Amino acid sequence: MSSMMKMVKFSIQPFISLNGRQRSFMTLVIVSLLLLCVILGGLVLSNERIATDLGNRNLGPSLAHPFGTDWLGRDMLTRTLKGLTLSIGVGLTAAAASVTIALILGMLAATMGKVVDSIISWLVDLFLSVPHLVMLMLISFALGGGIKGVVIGLALTHWPSLTRVIRAEVMQLRSAEYVEVSKRLGKSRWFIGRKHLFPHVAPQLMVGLFLLFPHAILHEAAITFIGMGLSPHQPAIGIILSESMRYLSTEMWWLAIFPGLSLLLVVRSFDIIGEHLRSRLDPHRAHD
Amino acid sequence: MPLVEVDDLSVSFKQYTKGFKHKEVKVIHNLSFSINAGEIVAVVGSSGSGKSLLAHAILGILPRNANVSGTIHYDGKELTPSLQEKLRGKELAFVPQSVNFLNPLMEVEKQVRGALKGKDSFKTQKEIFEKYNLSTDVEKLYPFQLSGGMARRILVSTAVINKAKFIIADEPTPGLDQTVVKEALSSFKAFADNGTAVMFITHDIQSALSVADKIAVFYAGTTVEVAPVEDFTGSGERLRHPYSKALWRALPQNEFRPIPGSQPKGDELPRGCLFAPRCDMTTTECLEHLPEKRVLRNGMVRCIHAT
Amino acid sequence: MQLEARNVSFRYRRKKWLFRDINLTVQPGEVVGLAGPSGCGKTTLARILAGYEKPSNGTVLFNDAPLPKTGYHPIQLVFQHPEKAINPKWPMKAVLEEAGNLDVELLERLGIQENWLQRWPNELSGGELQRFCIARALGPGTQFLIADEMTTMLDTITQAQIWHGVMDIVRNRNIGIIIISHDTVLLKRLVSRYIDFPLLNKDKVSY
Repeated sequence: MSSMMKMVKFSIQPFISLNGRQRSFMTLVIVSLLLLCVILGGLVLSNERIATDLGNRNLGPSLAHPFGTDWLGRDMLTRTLKGLTLSIGVGLTAAAASVTIALILGMLAATMGKVVDSIISWLVDLFLSVPHLVMLMLISFALGGGIKGVVIGLALTHWPSLTRVIRAEVMQLRSAEYVEVSKRLGKSRWFIGRKHLFPHVAPQLMVGLFLLFPHAILHEAAITFIGMGLSPHQPAIGIILSESMRYLSTEMWWLAIFPGLSLLLVVRSFDIIGEHLRSRLDPHRAHD
Repeated sequence: MPLVEVDDLSVSFKQYTKGFKHKEVKVIHNLSFSINAGEIVAVVGSSGSGKSLLAHAILGILPRNANVSGTIHYDGKELTPSLQEKLRGKELAFVPQSVNFLNPLMEVEKQVRGALKGKDSFKTQKEIFEKYNLSTDVEKLYPFQLSGGMARRILVSTAVINKAKFIIADEPTPGLDQTVVKEALSSFKAFADNGTAVMFITHDIQSALSVADKIAVFYAGTTVEVAPVEDFTGSGERLRHPYSKALWRALPQNEFRPIPGSQPKGDELPRGCLFAPRCDMTTTECLEHLPEKRVLRNGMVRCIHAT
Repeated sequence: MQLEARNVSFRYRRKKWLFRDINLTVQPGEVVGLAGPSGCGKTTLARILAGYEKPSNGTVLFNDAPLPKTGYHPIQLVFQHPEKAINPKWPMKAVLEEAGNLDVELLERLGIQENWLQRWPNELSGGELQRFCIARALGPGTQFLIADEMTTMLDTITQAQIWHGVMDIVRNRNIGIIIISHDTVLLKRLVSRYIDFPLLNKDKVSY
């Protein structure tokens, strides 16, 4: 029996030249560079390329026009980049505003007593029970549409889920022994909120920002697409897609495919950033 | 042949420092340990000496990023991850420190019956609950409704019902009053009498002495001494390692005199003997190599000066 | 400067009384040991004295006056599990600084090494963390210290090191201390007055 015993060393260490943090960092650099190219492209490319040029109408993809041109001879690459830049701006502003709302409401709900908590919880439930898009259309419409309407609409519809997360997190922290000790050491509520509670929710906020953002962009594109968001004069990606729909049956496939894929790419990029941040900032994975 | 034999086990973790640098933190190194059927071995040492991690390594529940080397044999077979998974909770039982290891969403009676099937399982479970003084209303409770003492008895009865051959109890007694401690310890004794091997992890030398056959003393991630309980007597002159002597003498019922200094950390271990910086017998040889383990007077020691 | 519990009773909501009419007076510099089976209410009494919990009835008096509701609490409590009492997101230096300015001598007596201050809580062992908790509880404003199973989770060497340090400090500063422990041998080593908690609770006796 013992002669059959094999002494096998077990070792679970695959060869990796980068550690986890370095890999995340590289991913983030690549993704950020990509996004930077999109934004720079959108800002730098001249408006001449999207001026009407009837001599170059309906061209397929070529070296001069990688994404082709549309029925007015406008360069689709330029249109797409400008559209995405606008969308990123709108999405980022709206996501940042949403995160701020979530932080304030989440902290208030968890620390200001039962009445405030039930009011905020009721609001969260209310907003979650109505589909985002419907709420967004109502708010945007009420505010007269345009960039302002869309941004405010997005900000006001994307906070509830994150508020819930923050409220739960703070609720749990509030009764932590170190918070109780801090009170007996004579520290103020403000000190405890800032120094003890905030560092625990800060990672959630960062992650929240990057995960809300793609949502916001897609919703912006969606309501613009159905004509209730940004005005048709804005070079928004939703406008491009909705216009292109009309030409889909005319074999001008490039009109919808390239802008659509680009939108997908940008959204995915932010998703990746969010996921990496989440796993890096999660204390349970600090050693990974 | 020992039931469980751990040979030259090392466990380390990768820990990030500033930016992208990381360092290896060695939490267990060159550790050897063995236990026979029917034997109770107490593992004592300070927090951070690797006691619980040894238990987790045997059970195969170390965090995924742990770096493990060395061998563990169970009943003559190498304890591979798949074997660990097969035996864990059955032949290999774990009585953890906290209730958190019970499934919070399941009534306790179902958890205790666990793997058993058929009509007999109800009967066996009822018998065992009776034996451990668990009334019938406890059966329908959920883990959060249990008191600490009850939870421990339930974990112990889970081990009984599964006919465990090897039980690891991690710090089952701290902060409990004498009657509850006695009850917990006597249940381990009963296991050993039935041929089960019990590994009893504790920092409480007193309760270790009252129940164990052997005591393994851990320091900074390795075993410095294994001694029969009879050697813990007087002012510790029969103990082999200076650290075990110091532990023994620092007890309130003995001299209550501590030695200075503290256990080295996993990322700044000394090159030679781990205890050398705090030892008054240190010679240049101690500072150069980690002492090999050697058999001494029916026990084991890692000290070149031990006699 | 005495600490006094006068007719202190406690129960959770409308449930059974955990204890009733406890009277206890501790003088500055006095070392009192409190023992009793688990679940008898020792910890709750400790939390009431240190202002973590309100008594259902009765009052806690410090210098014959009720305790302050805000500001630095003159009666500080040290818990059994140091890893729960320290914010995992704070470096150890910040943990100490929360208590105000602590002198080097205090840290030395508690065996806190200089290079531990740069570390994070997850890099220190339970015994090391507990030293920080004790140092934090011994800020300049502390008049009484309550140690609730303070060294129960620690090995004997660390336990002896900590108690020798703490006893030195409280003696020097004339701080009163209540030591709660299930370890009667340890209590007898340390205290000048030993109280069996169930006796305090059963009848209305005063010590």
